[in-house]
Amino acid sequence: MAFDFINIVTVLPEIVLLSMACVVLLIDLYTDSAEESLSYYLTQFTMVIVAAVIIIFAPEKTVLVFDGAYVSDNLSFVLKLSLCLLGFVVFVFSKKLLEDLKLDKSEYYALALFAMLGMMVMISAGNFLTIYLGLELLSLSLYSMIAMQRDSKRSVEVAMKYFVLGAVASGMLLYGISMIYGVTKSIQFDVIHEITMITGQSQLIMIFGLVFIVIGVAFKLGAVPFHMWLPDVYHGSSLPITLFIGSITKIAAFALIARVLVDGLEGLHASWKDMLAILAVLSLILGNIIAIAQKNIKRMFAYSTISHVGFIMLGLIAGNQLGYSASMFYTLVYALMATAGFGVLLMLSKNGIEAENIADLSGLSDRSPLLAVVMLVVMFSMAGVPPTVGFYAKLSVINAIVSSDMIWLALVAVFMSVVGAFYYLRIIKVMYFEKQDIIESVDNSFNERLFIGVNGLTILLLGLYPTTLMMLCSASFK
Amino acid sequence: MSLEQIIFYLFSTILIFSSLMVIISRNPIFSALFLILSFVTCSCLWMLAEAEFLAITLVLVYVGAVMVLFMFVVMMLNIQESVSKEKFIKYLPVGLLVSVSIFVEMWLVLKSKNLVNEVAVSPIRHDANYSNTKELGEVLYTQYMFQFELASVILLVAIISAIALTLRKRKNVKFQDPVKQIHVKKADRVRVVAMKSEKL
Repeated sequence: MAFDFINIVTVLPEIVLLSMACVVLLIDLYTDSAEESLSYYLTQFTMVIVAAVIIIFAPEKTVLVFDGAYVSDNLSFVLKLSLCLLGFVVFVFSKKLLEDLKLDKSEYYALALFAMLGMMVMISAGNFLTIYLGLELLSLSLYSMIAMQRDSKRSVEVAMKYFVLGAVASGMLLYGISMIYGVTKSIQFDVIHEITMITGQSQLIMIFGLVFIVIGVAFKLGAVPFHMWLPDVYHGSSLPITLFIGSITKIAAFALIARVLVDGLEGLHASWKDMLAILAVLSLILGNIIAIAQKNIKRMFAYSTISHVGFIMLGLIAGNQLGYSASMFYTLVYALMATAGFGVLLMLSKNGIEAENIADLSGLSDRSPLLAVVMLVVMFSMAGVPPTVGFYAKLSVINAIVSSDMIWLALVAVFMSVVGAFYYLRIIKVMYFEKQDIIESVDNSFNERLFIGVNGLTILLLGLYPTTLMMLCSASFK
Repeated sequence: MSLEQIIFYLFSTILIFSSLMVIISRNPIFSALFLILSFVTCSCLWMLAEAEFLAITLVLVYVGAVMVLFMFVVMMLNIQESVSKEKFIKYLPVGLLVSVSIFVEMWLVLKSKNLVNEVAVSPIRHDANYSNTKELGEVLYTQYMFQFELASVILLVAIISAIALTLRKRKNVKFQDPVKQIHVKKADRVRVVAMKSEKL
């Protein structure tokens, strides 16, 4: 490999992020413990500067560097940029509670940055090895971020559970990859893509490997029946980490499925289509129905995530540019909605006590009209009510699936969305029509109120003008 | 059957047996020892497949370092033997159902005929001078540089998490401060007392 300058320029976002993560880690040694928020500001600075680097050094066409290990294209550009922007908002929301829980150490921020690095590597992966390493980097950081709250028995238990199940999923994924490698003699996505396009479904061992890959990916996405870890992890980890896992890691999960199944194994679409259809239908049904019974809002969000994962898979099942871009649009929109939803919960948390029951939201419209309105928008958007962006996300996915002649899937999706609307609307009812006896005031800093407001407004504005994001998404799949 | 096949089946049988024993045996020390046995047999199989670098690494790293650490941990923890057995019976039906169905499914796929023909191309044989280690070294820092760096970041994360999860700054703990130990002076420790010499 000739060591070209283009290699460095293309991976510059990752290099900057890695260097800054190390700086965050080291700077703690030279500062007093009273100035802990320094690592917070450095983290935020990193998000901004990485986003700037991504925009400035955006390649005009698809670039493959490091012998195909790293790919930089439209897909990676859009996903990475939204990752940085949402990451910034996530850190703003979680600052206060992290301080209250005494988790705002530089190690936390360093681990979060390493998790971001893992996600960015996954987004830009050009072969199976890179995507696996990115996935492990992300998962390892997440496990320890959850377990960092050592005094909470629940957190430690959940971290252990997540760790074991995550290891099983990685094992499945690796086994599948080794089968594919055995047949194609390559781990490179573009090479495998060419081979599968020619051979198609004829080689049974490819499908044998594909089954294991789909299982591994479904584990990471949290699709039924591989969803068991998701409600526990959402419930057991503290809210800032739930926010992190619930919102931005979904972008990386989409990158995983898009790179592996679309970039790599698109020739086997006829096979993985059916597997994903089973996963999607089960996720839609189980997610929406069990969410109704939840009293804990974090668990409710977890089951709602499962149902949204079903929607994301529906777009992929369609198997054309329309479907892939609809699915990507849905993922980005979901990450945005989840950030706002968990953001409201974070702001309601006080003195390290988390707002996690649905009852905690009662009478919110009196206590804090802003938070109530934002939550209202989020709930409408998740339920898919126009003019919020959630409506367009659902519409585009269902449009793609109908145009691929799979009307029964569309019917399941629509019907389960109606069921799902029940528990979203219940939150609104609790916020606006139930009164709390003791009115607790909610006080948040200006920054937090500004960002939650902007976040809610974005959901509305994207609903009114979805074209730009939609075009970015469809430009990512050619 | 050639000699190579005989060796392969011999080691495979030992490997399967010892892996099973890792799970079955009730004494954690035996489990750890059987794990070492399976690592060693596995490395012999790799040697047979001309992957000598992997074979050596497995023995050096896993048997030499990781397993010794494991043994220490197992001995320190003093794990009760009987705990795991009670739940075994409870989960047996479900576990059996899942594993049997997985086995049957894999059997159905693997026995079908079009699996074998195109795929099983035997790898190229290399002569005795061929160095697997050298070949690996050549691609590791060139072709796979990006992945190599990523692996190092993962190790860094492992170090950070291990320290962040276990380091506790407890108060009232007695510990040695090397700086103070170095800078200690005779006057700090020894008190010279002027005494009258006593006559016998």
